[in-house]
Amino acid sequence: MADVAVGKDKCGEQRLVSLPLSRIRVIMKSSPEVSSINQEALVLTAKATELFVQYLATYSYRHGSGKEKKALTYNDLANTAEESDTFQFLADILPKKILASKYLKMLKEKKEEDEDDEGSDDDEAES
Amino acid sequence: MAERPEDLNLPNAVITRIIKEALPDGVNISKEARSAISRAASVFVLYATSCANNFAMKGKRKTLNASDVLSAMEEMEFQRFITPLKEALEAYRREQKGKKEASEQKKKDKDKKTDSEEQDRSRDEDNEEDEERLEEEEQNEEEDVDN
Repeated sequence: MADVAVGKDKCGEQRLVSLPLSRIRVIMKSSPEVSSINQEALVLTAKATELFVQYLATYSYRHGSGKEKKALTYNDLANTAEESDTFQFLADILPKKILASKYLKMLKEKKEEDEDDEGSDDDEAES
Repeated sequence: MAERPEDLNLPNAVITRIIKEALPDGVNISKEARSAISRAASVFVLYATSCANNFAMKGKRKTLNASDVLSAMEEMEFQRFITPLKEALEAYRREQKGKKEASEQKKKDKDKKTDSEEQDRSRDEDNEEDEERLEEEEQNEEEDVDN
């Protein structure tokens, strides 16, 4: 069943979904609270994932810096995760790359801030 | 289920093909960008599943269904996916219906042939057995989905 909707069939006709349903199901089931998924929900999730990949790629390319160079880079994606509300949930797995020297400077600044007014950081984290 | 972490990855070849088809011809996609999109896709599946599961729970259902996934898209602010997803669902239902009718048609054809030669019949029966085995496999798969 899972193989049915994968790739193109013998006649070269476009299949409904090109991502492997079996793998999508494994990912869905890795979520502990999910008990069962019907076939339609599985097909729809696979299709949605395809649309998502297309949208993330085109959005990042259009808003990215590589348009003149005809390139899509990691930083374009990281920018999308940072700037777009819809793609905000990706911010953790697509962190912006910064130079180590810059990071160290940030750490130092943060430490100084913490020393200036202690405890305020914790309050922020909770709110 | 997912014993190895790589089980949660989607196949790179397929992801790359989807990206290439979405972007204008000749755009270079860095290797890092590809793997980032692939990871993002896995996270998207988890996020969508979790949202859909909330809707199923609200409806006091144990099994995620198509409407839960559609509601999840709305909640996740991917409303733009809803129309193409509904179309895909229609297409999928048509496909399933078509398959069912095709197998019923085959059965009817077989019944008509029961009067024909002994040899032919046995050959048909062989085919029928194969089909039944296939159907059984499909059923097992579906049960698997529900567990």
